[in-house]
Amino acid sequence: MDLTIATFLVQDGLTNGAIYALLGLALVLVFSVTRVIFIPQGEFVAYGAMTLSFLDAGRFPPTASLLLCFGCLVFLLNLWDMRREFSVSGLARNALLNLALPAAIYLLAVTLASTQPGAMVKALLTILIIAPMGLYVYRIAYKPLADASVLVLLIVSVGVHLALMGLGLVFFGAEGLRAKALSSGMFMVGSFPVSAQSLWIYGATIAIIVGLYFFFEKTLLGKALRATAVNRVGARLVGVRTQLTGVTAFVLAATIGAVSGILIGPIATVYYDTGFLIGLKGFVAAIIGGLASFPVTAFAAIGVGIVEAFTSFYASSYKEVIVFGLIIPVLVWLSISTTVHEDE
Amino acid sequence: MKKRLYLSLVTAAAMSVSGLVGQAYADITIGVTVSSTGNGAALGIPLKNSVELWPTEVGGEKLNVILLDDAGDPSIATTNARRFANDDKVDIMIGSALTPASIAVAGVAAETEIPHFTASPVPPNVYQGKWTFVLPQDAGLIADTLFAKMQADGVKTFGYIGFSDSYGDLWVNQFKAIGAKYGLEMVAEERYARPDTSVSGQALKLIASRPDAIFVGASGTGAALPQATLRERGFTGPIYQTHGAATFDFIRIAGDAANNTVFASGPVMVPEHLADGADTKAEGLEYVTAYEAKFGEGTRTQFGAHIHDAMAILKKAIPLALEKAKPGTQEFRVALRDAIETGGPFPASQGVFEYSADDHLGLDERAVVLLTVEDGKFKLID
Repeated sequence: MDLTIATFLVQDGLTNGAIYALLGLALVLVFSVTRVIFIPQGEFVAYGAMTLSFLDAGRFPPTASLLLCFGCLVFLLNLWDMRREFSVSGLARNALLNLALPAAIYLLAVTLASTQPGAMVKALLTILIIAPMGLYVYRIAYKPLADASVLVLLIVSVGVHLALMGLGLVFFGAEGLRAKALSSGMFMVGSFPVSAQSLWIYGATIAIIVGLYFFFEKTLLGKALRATAVNRVGARLVGVRTQLTGVTAFVLAATIGAVSGILIGPIATVYYDTGFLIGLKGFVAAIIGGLASFPVTAFAAIGVGIVEAFTSFYASSYKEVIVFGLIIPVLVWLSISTTVHEDE
Repeated sequence: MKKRLYLSLVTAAAMSVSGLVGQAYADITIGVTVSSTGNGAALGIPLKNSVELWPTEVGGEKLNVILLDDAGDPSIATTNARRFANDDKVDIMIGSALTPASIAVAGVAAETEIPHFTASPVPPNVYQGKWTFVLPQDAGLIADTLFAKMQADGVKTFGYIGFSDSYGDLWVNQFKAIGAKYGLEMVAEERYARPDTSVSGQALKLIASRPDAIFVGASGTGAALPQATLRERGFTGPIYQTHGAATFDFIRIAGDAANNTVFASGPVMVPEHLADGADTKAEGLEYVTAYEAKFGEGTRTQFGAHIHDAMAILKKAIPLALEKAKPGTQEFRVALRDAIETGGPFPASQGVFEYSADDHLGLDERAVVLLTVEDGKFKLID
């Protein structure tokens, strides 16, 4: 072990850790606002990476068709809900959000897919396709059970995870895909090469963290989300629409998932079932952050990435065991130090 | 899309009708269980596709094929195999794509005394049974060929990186068993999992141990990750890959990093390049042409070919068994097993099968070729 190897490992750990940080933040966000342990977060990563790979190959991304199907399903569900109290404005909003929006994105994907647009356009299109899925997944799977216990919501999450993974297999096939880098090339920092893609990863992670900070501190919607996270019943009493904050949390999570997918697609071979493992590592970080603290989660995620890099050097056969073993002392500590208070 | 839906409805209806007719006339019934979803989907899907290319009759008897998915899960595979044996009264069972599921099917086959082909390697205690025949190349055969090639290339030390599962263990065990014979020394042993997003740590360790070559024990596109990382980190020596990695998807993912690499492979990846007299050329070309006509250019795989080979064997073995007994009876199953053991050699796309009562592996060195990548295409090493 010399300094060069150590620096390589730290860089590798930081790169992966930054991705885990994004996922961990999304998990904490969704859990604190809706009490859902969002296992399918990883699927959004896989969907994002594979959508980008399809666009790179000049092929039409099947996720756009999936989005259209989800939209239609949500439209029908909403229509059914409206059978008692029908309103024209409600119908119009329903049609606009669940039919027109996915249809527009679908058409955009059809037009852009074959034209080989620039890397940025492809990345934005990917986010555009994946982000509304958060909304639809929330509406289809979680909204009817919004007041159920954490355990029921966790079981729903497992179901959604399996369903999305199965759909991934149908749409993308069983073999792995690899996207092109947003920008290729290497920079020299001192005498040490750093790839442009890893700079993108650091930059995007920092931008999202800063963005989330301003969203929560400065905007009304962000404050509503925080209020829901602190106390759901209290927030509702003072007039916060917890359905809206739930939807917002899911759309943000899907967006973060899509961004993570775009960042990781070019540096790893992504399979339809890759998302789960990446998501679990984000989950380890989120657990260390007690599923509540954003900064602790982010730092824990970097820690997970670095521990993973070094164990893959020293004891690669035991890598997963060591990484997932990290949560055991944390769980012990949390169960000793926390006093349980139920307000649900 | 709509057209395809109708088409599949019609096919489903037709199949259920033919199923009913099939029961009435005691045709030859084949039960196939593969993992077309789950862990082994990358292996199972080409197997499933290849079943669609089977003929509708053999030796003048109609074929009644039942295709089930076991998701790579041994318990589902067992249920499927029991269904084949008890409800469908199959004459032959085929499956599965992953070793644990195949062992499960073999257990049922041995108990109910039904001839069984496995499309994945199985441990010796399984293929030494009476009813299970192995289609893929034995790891020993592949390892022999690869180690001999390493020796011929002047490799003395190598670093190993493989999957952290039984596939990864397999090659280390092969090395421990026969590696010394070829004067090879393993200087580093690293592991990773298929869904890992990075193998930088392992690659750095391998390079730091300064091996002459690197041996990768991984399959499918999963084998491309260490390949790309090693090249990125500046390893220029030769890399050796097992037959599990010799797929077109591998080249697609690895790109230029696939250069200076030796793959062991079944001959079915390159039937076009085989010498005209080669025993595997005709069957290989027939399978590859039919498969790619249906599923697209460059879609052939090692795995799907096993299904074709099972049929190549059955085409010769079934007529022999028909002389002795009627399909659907236990006498027919016994006769069929004897025909598979004694009726060879069966030339097929992945090799020439010559089973006997003591040898249910049946393949020899004709089942392995060495490939390298040139300009994004596989090329045969003479």
